[in-house]
Amino acid sequence: MLKDKVAVVTGGSRGIGKAIALKLAEQGASVVVNYTSNSQAADEVVMAIQEMGCKALAVKADVSKADDIENLIKATEAELGKIQILVNNAGITRDGLLIRMKEEEWDDVLNINLKGVFLATKLIGKKMLKEKQGSIVNVTSVVGLMGNAGQANYAASKAGVIGFTKSVAKEFASRNINVNAVAPGFIQSDMTDKLSAEVIENYMQAIPLGRLGVANDVANLVSFLVSDHSNYITGQTIQVDGGMYI
Amino acid sequence: MFEKVKEIIIDQLGLDEDVVIERSTSMMRDLEADSLDAVEIIMAFEDEFDIEIPDEEAEKFDNIGDIVDYIEAKLN
Repeated sequence: MLKDKVAVVTGGSRGIGKAIALKLAEQGASVVVNYTSNSQAADEVVMAIQEMGCKALAVKADVSKADDIENLIKATEAELGKIQILVNNAGITRDGLLIRMKEEEWDDVLNINLKGVFLATKLIGKKMLKEKQGSIVNVTSVVGLMGNAGQANYAASKAGVIGFTKSVAKEFASRNINVNAVAPGFIQSDMTDKLSAEVIENYMQAIPLGRLGVANDVANLVSFLVSDHSNYITGQTIQVDGGMYI
Repeated sequence: MFEKVKEIIIDQLGLDEDVVIERSTSMMRDLEADSLDAVEIIMAFEDEFDIEIPDEEAEKFDNIGDIVDYIEAKLN
C-alpha cells in the first residue's frame, strides 16, 4: 500500500514511534527511524524493518534544531530518496504541578513537542510542496483536548500541535498534501510505565472500552492516514483513546 | 537574467512554454499564482542564484521586472 514511499518517523526508535515505523514498513514503505539518544534501539528497529525486506535508516537528530533536521533530510535523500510521508511523533514529558513547574521544564517540552513539529513540517513540507504530494501526521494527545493535572506544559504543547495541524492543512491543501493529527489516549509505553498502579486503575475506569491502548492501535490509524485511503481527510485530529474523551 | 527568471516561473507554475511573460507581467494578477506559488518561486530564485531574498523585499515586487532588477542588483 505504501510501496516506493519514503517515510520519516521522528522519535521512531521506541514506543508509539517504533510501532508506527514498523507498521509503515509492513505496508512497504522505506522508513527513516529518527532518534536522539538511543542509537541501539534505533538500530534494532532498522534491522527489524530490513528483515521485513524494506529499506530503513537510523538518523540521529534533535527535532528542535533546524540544522539537525536539514541533515536528516540530506541523509534520507541520499540513501532512500525523496520524502513523501512525515510522522511527527517525537515527544517528551516533564510532569509537575504548575505551581512547581520550572521554566526549563516548560521550555524543554514546548521545544521538542511543538517547535520540533514546526521545524520538521516546515523543512520537510517545503520539499513536499515542490513535489505536490505528501502526507503529514502529527502525534498529539488526548491530553491536548481534555487537559491533565500535572501536565500543563505537555497539554499546552499538544493542544498547540492541533492548532498547527489545522492551519498547515489549510496552507498545504492546494498542493495535495494532507495534514492530520492523531490523539492517543492511554497507551502502554515507556511514558506510561512510570505511572503508579493506582493512577492506571483510575484511568481504566474512565475508558469506556475498558482497556489501555497499545502502540499498534495508534500505528494502524497512522498507516491509514498516510495511505491513499484517506485522500479526502485533512486537518483532522482523530482520537485513539478507547472513548476516554467523548 | 530575464530569460532565466522567466524559465523558473514557467517551470514552477507549470505554464506552457509559449506563455507571454514581459517585464510588466505580474505573477499573481496575470499568471494566476497564489501566495504559496509566490513563496515557492522566491525560494527557487534563492536556490538558483544563491542569494537570500528577505520576505519584506519579496513583498515589494509588483511585476517580473522588479524581480529581475532586484536579483541583478543583489548579484552585482
